Amino acid sequence: MSERTTTSTDLTRRRMLQGAAVALTAATATAVLGLTGPGAAPTAAAGLEADDSFDEVFQQRRIQGMPMAAGGHHHGGGAGTGYQVLIDGQELHMMRNADGTWISVIDHYRTFSTPRALARSAVNELRGAALVPISV
Amino acid sequence: MAVRKNQATLTAQEKRAFVNAVLELKRQGGYDTFVSTHNSFIMSDTDDGERTGHRSPSFLPWHRRFLLQFEQALQAIDPTVTLPYWDWTTDRTADASIWGADFLGGDGRSSDGQVTTGPFAFGAGKWTITVSPDNRNYLLRSLGAGVADLPTRADVDSVLALSDYDTPPWNSSSDGFRNNLEGWRGVNLHNRVHVWIGGNMSSGMSPNDPAFWLHHCFIDRLWAAWQTRHPDQGYLPADHTQDVVGLNDTMKPWNDIAPAALLDHTRFYTYDSAY
Repeated sequence: MSERTTTSTDLTRRRMLQGAAVALTAATATAVLGLTGPGAAPTAAAGLEADDSFDEVFQQRRIQGMPMAAGGHHHGGGAGTGYQVLIDGQELHMMRNADGTWISVIDHYRTFSTPRALARSAVNELRGAALVPISV
Repeated sequence: MAVRKNQATLTAQEKRAFVNAVLELKRQGGYDTFVSTHNSFIMSDTDDGERTGHRSPSFLPWHRRFLLQFEQALQAIDPTVTLPYWDWTTDRTADASIWGADFLGGDGRSSDGQVTTGPFAFGAGKWTITVSPDNRNYLLRSLGAGVADLPTRADVDSVLALSDYDTPPWNSSSDGFRNNLEGWRGVNLHNRVHVWIGGNMSSGMSPNDPAFWLHHCFIDRLWAAWQTRHPDQGYLPADHTQDVVGLNDTMKPWNDIAPAALLDHTRFYTYDSAY
């Protein structure tokens, strides 16, 4: 079983790289644009925990959230979000909406008021599965 | 001219042809490129930066081009195939025929969310998920778990009544038809359907579930319905605007087609009926 998992993960990385090449220009441009700028900080309904860290065990998974320097991680935390969420030490790709709510790559089509709520929902969706790196 | 049909009206043979073409594209390797391309845009489209595929005016023309490309890939395998659409205002339960074992297969099982019926069940041997945010390689669904109800016809009508195509700041906080259809504002149509299906459809890699194409085909049909209702309105922004795709700006990743060339879907296909 672990062999199959490894194969799947390697395949995932390879496929992601193939597909990402198509959109590489878009991703690079966004990463640059997302670093700083007056438009980067949402003005409305800032999440209550946006400036706070958390570190807890939820459904037997360790979830952590922490502010980070904007653009400090080239593909992390969603361009310009200034926040990072980890599940068992693996990064959950996330981004912030203009109204201050949050979404993750696991729950892309619904919003959460705080990074903690987003992390807990991702744990529920994962049902014990591990996050794998997404190469873009 | 290709005619896109309501999936509820497909014959058994038409369902088989669609499913087999999708399975063959997957076997050839082309299918997963669509999944990665979609997710690349999901992750790079931001409210305060460049945005093309989502949360922006080009959400509709971008997906129209994306679906055309997918449909052409299927037609290279079987020229008789066209994309079916799923009218979730009428086929709105987990036991609707779209989820039958002869078509998309059913709900995920309660223990782990794995789809175990139909041609896309992992156990059937032809549908291994390779582009995923986690280490599961089987198709996942949780019908009706993330949100109880699909949008109603009244919900759709309320969005089709909006007269502005889109409004500044051209993102997930905008008023107007596009953002209410996409679902970041208002009654929430498109986003809600992704959440209703759940599993892979909830994620940025949503095209892993073939239901993605039938859902977006219906969204595409609703765009045409809005155009019919508002003949004096058109795609906005008409001019070049920072970070978003204007009427005559080409769209990534293709860089060879602008929204203006995609406004009239009848250049490419028709629908069996207007919404």
